[in-house]
Amino acid sequence: MRIGIDVGGTNTDAVLMDGNAVLAEVKTATTGDVTSGVVAAISGLAAARSFEPGQVRAVMIGTTHFTNAIVEARRLAPTAAIRLALPATRALPPMVDWPERLVEALGGHVYLCHGGHEFDGRAIAPLDEGELRRVASDLAAKGIGTVAISSVFSPVNAEYEQRAADILSAELPGLHVSLSHQIGRIGLLERENATIVNACLRGLAEQIADAFGTALATVGITAPLYLSQNDGTLMDVEYARHYPVATFASGPTNSMRGAAFLSGLSDCAVIDVGGTTSDVGVLARGFPREATTEVDIGGVRSNFRMPDVLSIGIGGGSLVTGGPVTVGPESVGYELTSRALVFGGDTLTATDLAVAAGIAAIGDAAAVADLPRRLVRDGLSVIADRMAGVLDRMRTSPEPLPVVAVGGGSILVPDEIPGTLAVHRPAHFAVANAIGAAIAQVGGEVDRIFALGAQTREQVLEQAKAEAVDRAVAAGAKPQDVRIVEVDEVPISYLPGNAVRVRVKAVGELQLDTAHA
Amino acid sequence: MRKIAAAQIADIARGAAILGTGGGGDPYIGRLLAERAIAAGGPVTLVEIDEVPADAVVVPVAMMGAPTVMVEKLPTGTEIAAVLAALEGVLGRRPTHIACIEAGGVNSTIPFAAAAVTGLPLVDADGMGRAFPELQMVLPTLAGISTTPLALADEKGNTAVLHTVDNHWAERLARSATVEMGCSATTAQYVLRGDQLAGALVAGTLTRAERLGAVVARARAAHDDPVAAAMAELGGRLLLTGKVTDVSRRTTAGFARGTAALTDGGGLEFQNEHLVATVDGKIVASVPDLICVLEADSGEPITTEALRYGLRVAVIGVPCDPRWRTPEGLALVGPGYFGYDHEYQPVESM
Repeated sequence: MRIGIDVGGTNTDAVLMDGNAVLAEVKTATTGDVTSGVVAAISGLAAARSFEPGQVRAVMIGTTHFTNAIVEARRLAPTAAIRLALPATRALPPMVDWPERLVEALGGHVYLCHGGHEFDGRAIAPLDEGELRRVASDLAAKGIGTVAISSVFSPVNAEYEQRAADILSAELPGLHVSLSHQIGRIGLLERENATIVNACLRGLAEQIADAFGTALATVGITAPLYLSQNDGTLMDVEYARHYPVATFASGPTNSMRGAAFLSGLSDCAVIDVGGTTSDVGVLARGFPREATTEVDIGGVRSNFRMPDVLSIGIGGGSLVTGGPVTVGPESVGYELTSRALVFGGDTLTATDLAVAAGIAAIGDAAAVADLPRRLVRDGLSVIADRMAGVLDRMRTSPEPLPVVAVGGGSILVPDEIPGTLAVHRPAHFAVANAIGAAIAQVGGEVDRIFALGAQTREQVLEQAKAEAVDRAVAAGAKPQDVRIVEVDEVPISYLPGNAVRVRVKAVGELQLDTAHA
Repeated sequence: MRKIAAAQIADIARGAAILGTGGGGDPYIGRLLAERAIAAGGPVTLVEIDEVPADAVVVPVAMMGAPTVMVEKLPTGTEIAAVLAALEGVLGRRPTHIACIEAGGVNSTIPFAAAAVTGLPLVDADGMGRAFPELQMVLPTLAGISTTPLALADEKGNTAVLHTVDNHWAERLARSATVEMGCSATTAQYVLRGDQLAGALVAGTLTRAERLGAVVARARAAHDDPVAAAMAELGGRLLLTGKVTDVSRRTTAGFARGTAALTDGGGLEFQNEHLVATVDGKIVASVPDLICVLEADSGEPITTEALRYGLRVAVIGVPCDPRWRTPEGLALVGPGYFGYDHEYQPVESM
């Protein structure tokens, strides 16, 4: 058995699963105290279906704690950004385009040091050990215990980041270090930003990981604990202590993967209809397609691996007006159960249309019996057209995709959508997030520039694939089960020697029998 | 003459990237560099060509190299002063004005940084009215102006000055020096006298870029159609709309060439910039006319490197500067130079 838990801002959802069967599901309110919320969710599962703690082989948790900490600029550690790049890059120092509020929250400690590499692996300048020791003594004087180290072209050559970490750690035992080549891709500012964000969350990550551990100990579960990453794979809790940034946006990813799992589809579009918005994503071979554009987190530009999700302002609480009929983007939101007509309110919402048309049985149908037929029909057709439009925009090939509809407002999704195959409405859709966490796999990724000189294109791709597989196995995947799910190669203009940027991702089932700590 | 503040750079970068027809680099880094330089050095004075004295020493400043490198090895800020000092050393004259050689995300914002750093006025113009991949592909070449003396500078303090027998040699030698400098260098070249500007540059490009960037941002904020707004501002016509269904790329001779297929029979061919647009195999626009690819909903320019499966795009064809349509212009940047055998036809007549 495994337990999947999704700790959201409002609700904590949990499921107990055995293989592919959902044995129990529970929805509880998220608590300020992390431990008691998780204990309550697991206790809720045990109340729904009794199980022995020893039967649980793994616990997977998806959490929004770290995203929220950045958005709210709270509970962040004073962090130094150390960039190895001089004499290059001085014009745009670390945190150059950050919101002032976040810079202040971290203390604005920025160090530019010598180092970095050229695109072809030559050093820009040698690493200066004395310079780094001076940084260390400055950090000690200021009492800063967390650093983010970035080096130019570290995805091509990570040596300087590693050596700088060794030098600083020798001077400052117990220093928390985040290295950019382990976190991001080509694109110095975006990779460095993600690394700084990761570093400032390290203290919080320790607290949250401890709290989760305490919760499991409280209910007697000794199985390994994993956290969901934004690409739909898992990391063990020890890894999460070092890479909390990898949890960002795991919520929508879990929701999509959970929905796909429940419907038995691996290539599909998922539409998650809430009270105010509908979020649409696409799964290819079981994983969410990633956004290729830079993503802002709390105003910080990053190149995190984020699912490509498109939102439209239509949900169960969307306001409906007559004349030419409009639906949304204004919504009654969480006040649906007091303001919608079917709940005795005075506001016409999308939910009221669904009830009037007889496709939903919620609240008092008599309250909408007198709505003009034309208004109901036109309103629902506006909703259907908008949803069809956003689904069409998310398709990447002319082949029609099946659609999985989840979320409280999913009744608004029409049965027939042009350009799509059947619309699936799976059971347990309310806890799709927790299911997505419970079924997550383990992955490894390579993203690097290779020079096609001594090696052929095929050799380079094979090398990248082998490295990705090794990384997946190191992260806890069953070796015999790992497969390549994504290969992307982009030739790089103006570089000599036919350089090519290769991204490869491998995933596999979690090895449940071996504890990875 | 007018002042350009840091707040105006975002619109200029966006508009210039649209005029860059898929090339010219990532506008984000260029925008940050210009904004920071203006924050430190004060607003930039933008002057029109007819405000420039006949004996002015006008120096276009640009960056040369790979866009992928520029997002990783960022400039250090001293390159502009170094490149201008190196050029001044061989010219024996002090530059009086900065100019822009190319419309593009990086090369239309770097001149603002240069103007802010030096305090010199910037000429509202550029050398192409669009972006092209090679150094000699500029209107000053047609006007008989030499690329060299050309100065390059890197972040380490290296500078080089080239004197070449023609503008093609300037491209070859500057390109290899740039590669040695780590595939990113700041350059100053095509030194112009004030009375040469009207004949050798496209007037008003920077203002055009700013207006273009602003109408797209405004249309988006007002939930109007940003593509229609851009098209009206450009005086172009809609060639294609659709979703990218396939992108194939190959690197030949150091340039990223490729093709993209769109739904409804649309096609694009590119070499750093978009070169040809087709519908059902029939050419509907060709280099040197501008083929501007915008994200269909936001109106944001899409560089050829960012072109990917699934993007919804609108492709706009815009007439190029008439000087590119002369036999000499077409010999320099026409379809034949890029390896095509079709005859160029103006986009408005197709």
